[in-house]
Amino acid sequence: MEFRQHLTVVLRINGLDRQMRVDARTTLLDLLREHLALTGTKKGCNFGECGACTVHLNGRRVNSCLVLAASADGAEVTTIEGLAAAGKLHPVQQAFIDHDAFQCGFCTPGQVMSTVALIREGHTRSEAEIREWMSGNLCRCSSYPQIVAAVEAAIRVKEG
Amino acid sequence: MSIGEPFSRIDGPIKVTGTARYTADLRAANMLYGVLVTASIPAGKVTGIDKGGAMLEAGVVRVLTHEDMPRARTPIAGPPFAHSFLPLQDDQIRHEGQVVALVLAESLEAAEAGARKVQVRYAPTKATMPVALAWPEIDRAAEPPRNTGYFFLEPEFSKGDAVHNLAKAPKTVATVYSQPSRHHNPMETSAVLALWEGDALTVYDSTQHVFAVQRGLAALFGIPPASVRVISQHTGGAFGVKGLIGAHEALAAQAARIAGRPVRIALSRANMYSFLGYQPRIVQKMGLGADEKGILTGITHDVVNLATVTDDYIEAATEASKALYATPTMWLRQRAERANVAMPTAMRAPGEGPGMWALESAMDELAVDLGMDPLDLRLANYAETDPATGAPWSSKKLRDAYEEGARLFGWRDRPRFPWRDGDWIVGQGMASCLMGTFRFPSRAQVRLRRDGSAVVETGTQDIGTGVLTIFPQIAADVLGIPVSAIEFKMGDTTLPEAGPTYGSSSTMGVGAAVLAAAQDVRNRLARMANLSPAEVCMADGRIGRTGAAESFSVADILERAGESEIVGTGSFDPTKHGAGYSMRTFGAIFVEVGVDPELGLLRLRRAVGSYSVGRIVNPRTARAQLLGGIVWGWGMAAMEQSAFEPSLGRFLSKNLAGVAIPVNADIPSDITVHFVDEVDEKASPIGGKGIGELGATGVAAAVANAVFHATGKRIRDLPITPEKLIA
Ligand code: FES
Ligand code: FES
Repeated sequence: MEFRQHLTVVLRINGLDRQMRVDARTTLLDLLREHLALTGTKKGCNFGECGACTVHLNGRRVNSCLVLAASADGAEVTTIEGLAAAGKLHPVQQAFIDHDAFQCGFCTPGQVMSTVALIREGHTRSEAEIREWMSGNLCRCSSYPQIVAAVEAAIRVKEG
Repeated sequence: MSIGEPFSRIDGPIKVTGTARYTADLRAANMLYGVLVTASIPAGKVTGIDKGGAMLEAGVVRVLTHEDMPRARTPIAGPPFAHSFLPLQDDQIRHEGQVVALVLAESLEAAEAGARKVQVRYAPTKATMPVALAWPEIDRAAEPPRNTGYFFLEPEFSKGDAVHNLAKAPKTVATVYSQPSRHHNPMETSAVLALWEGDALTVYDSTQHVFAVQRGLAALFGIPPASVRVISQHTGGAFGVKGLIGAHEALAAQAARIAGRPVRIALSRANMYSFLGYQPRIVQKMGLGADEKGILTGITHDVVNLATVTDDYIEAATEASKALYATPTMWLRQRAERANVAMPTAMRAPGEGPGMWALESAMDELAVDLGMDPLDLRLANYAETDPATGAPWSSKKLRDAYEEGARLFGWRDRPRFPWRDGDWIVGQGMASCLMGTFRFPSRAQVRLRRDGSAVVETGTQDIGTGVLTIFPQIAADVLGIPVSAIEFKMGDTTLPEAGPTYGSSSTMGVGAAVLAAAQDVRNRLARMANLSPAEVCMADGRIGRTGAAESFSVADILERAGESEIVGTGSFDPTKHGAGYSMRTFGAIFVEVGVDPELGLLRLRRAVGSYSVGRIVNPRTARAQLLGGIVWGWGMAAMEQSAFEPSLGRFLSKNLAGVAIPVNADIPSDITVHFVDEVDEKASPIGGKGIGELGATGVAAAVANAVFHATGKRIRDLPITPEKLIA
């Protein structure tokens, strides 16, 4: 196989098909932030350590800094910008506001994307399970108890 | 009344949708990406830099080294710079991780690839490395500090003859407490975007103080501050590391000038460890003398922290001993241990954070020795006035904080002995909390418009503390309009000058300026309505005499006067408030921990923090600050350490994988934050004091005290990791 510096990929991002020529080295995170101006997804470490870059790739949460854009050809990507219809908040976003689950807000898009996936995964059977499965998303402002409260509230909205 | 209401954050919608803009989210037309190359040796000089490989990388535009950079027009000496030298000004290497080159490229990918291809040749010299962690060695290496601008108190303080009193005290504690270097690790790495238009510089920055960046960069280029505009829309956490100007901020501005194009540098996580600040290793020799009833007769506190070969940052841990307990004598000393390391800086909570670890551990040891309840020992030594100066407190309700915290925790009826819960041995401990009060001058402007909306303007910063909510609340309270009718403009040096967002200072300083500006609007309006400013109040878009039925519509008054808005200005000058009083914030922290004696695991089970901090403007955002502080304290107690590798002269792990910080699974939801009812009118017209750092104090000691209760093991070296509990 021959190495190519640039590749053409097609991604469905927040419901829109985008065909792009990408540098082979470009991560999905940099593609979103630097090439598509979708800067809601944050870079906190670029090495899969913090979760600030969490997006949904084919419905599963991933650290987008660990995904090469070229390897995501054909995938469906949802970012924080694509979570809710324009002008409306997703119930998880509303729960984060209601439960004061952020301070500086830098980890928040990642926390929200993780929470949406967590609920879908069903890793919500106990507070301990929620805490465990939200531990890939660091929050140095340390709003952890409020994040757990937001997750629990979002589950209630979904059930109720 | 909107002051005191638990308003949800006004910045909520933009922060949960990803629309809040942080510096690295911004771009400018024709912008270059900057990536830094850092030194791999701790001491020596650069003998040559081969840029060839990097320049061959497609998209790389320039590689800048010390040979390319313009010389500083004013010597870099002390704050607002974080270190009194700037890299790329000469060929000297003072610490591993110092910047030696800056690669500019059309894309991030190219800049990163180019940076890896820059070849630097060094002539190493013998580096001074931190000595082994043992008091005799630390004591030998310690030197009296040089003041190059990075310490803010006298390094020595004494009252009476503490050494003598300790020698003849019936009960004494003489112990050494240590803690490793730790990094702030805000989730947002520092970032800067610099662009020039002629001789005017605009800088977008993740910073805790836009005006400091403005002044520092103006001096660097020898241009007037008015030619430098610094904008900080949102900063993704800071905790002290964005308080002073780091190398990248200066380098981005210099590079943008040379390249003639905007330059954005977003630091890598490794960069944050390489050349930005951290809380240095601190070793404290603590001495307590007491009589048989536990009444203190003297405190000695001898502190040594790691500093650099160029500057001594001094970690003022002795501030704890200076202010917490009534004692007839004290002897306090701060010294520096110099090495070829990056420059430390203040970190949540500086001074008292480390100091309270030592003092409150020692107090627990004394209580155990006396067979006294640790809370009773603290009450027996309660300081009714400032123990160092004798000055009265501006306000202090620590006794209430102790009592109410003890009640919420159930301290008084706690089990005397530790108990078993499955694999866990459960123990409880407590400590006091204490933090200094820093106040900075600030100005604000408030404009009330005819339609009942208002604009509040002040050049403060959003680092997540809640200012975007509480300052509108303060203005809304005075103007009698809903918080939602207020637009808040901040984070820009074109606005009225506000102080830094550090030192837990914003509510007192900026808050008081906003209050004064809103009151100025009200006063002007009162005069326009022929009312006496002293007796009016505003509600629902109307102004009237307090208590009177008659009131006048703001819109009508403005319309009659032919004005579209009223502009009020306000300021806070700390020298005009509380002179002669000593100001601190106080509290008590009670914790319950579990220890697994086989595996050496330590878990936080629950905690109660009870605080005396004056008036609370917003209980919701205030709770977040104190809770965050408690989590920081848990991190300090149980896991945080930036291990230093002396054979390489560097931090071992420059990432978040090799350095543990608290994650969600570490923190139980059962944490109670309680505020005693208090107003401190001397510290600030707001009636409140600082809350950003207090919560992080005392926690490490409370945890170690609980570990002692659970296991009988007295841990004096942080963090309390499994090997120490199994040993
Ligand atoms: S930026 Fe991807 S995990 Fe930190
Ligand atoms: S809100 Fe600041 S890091 Fe989570």
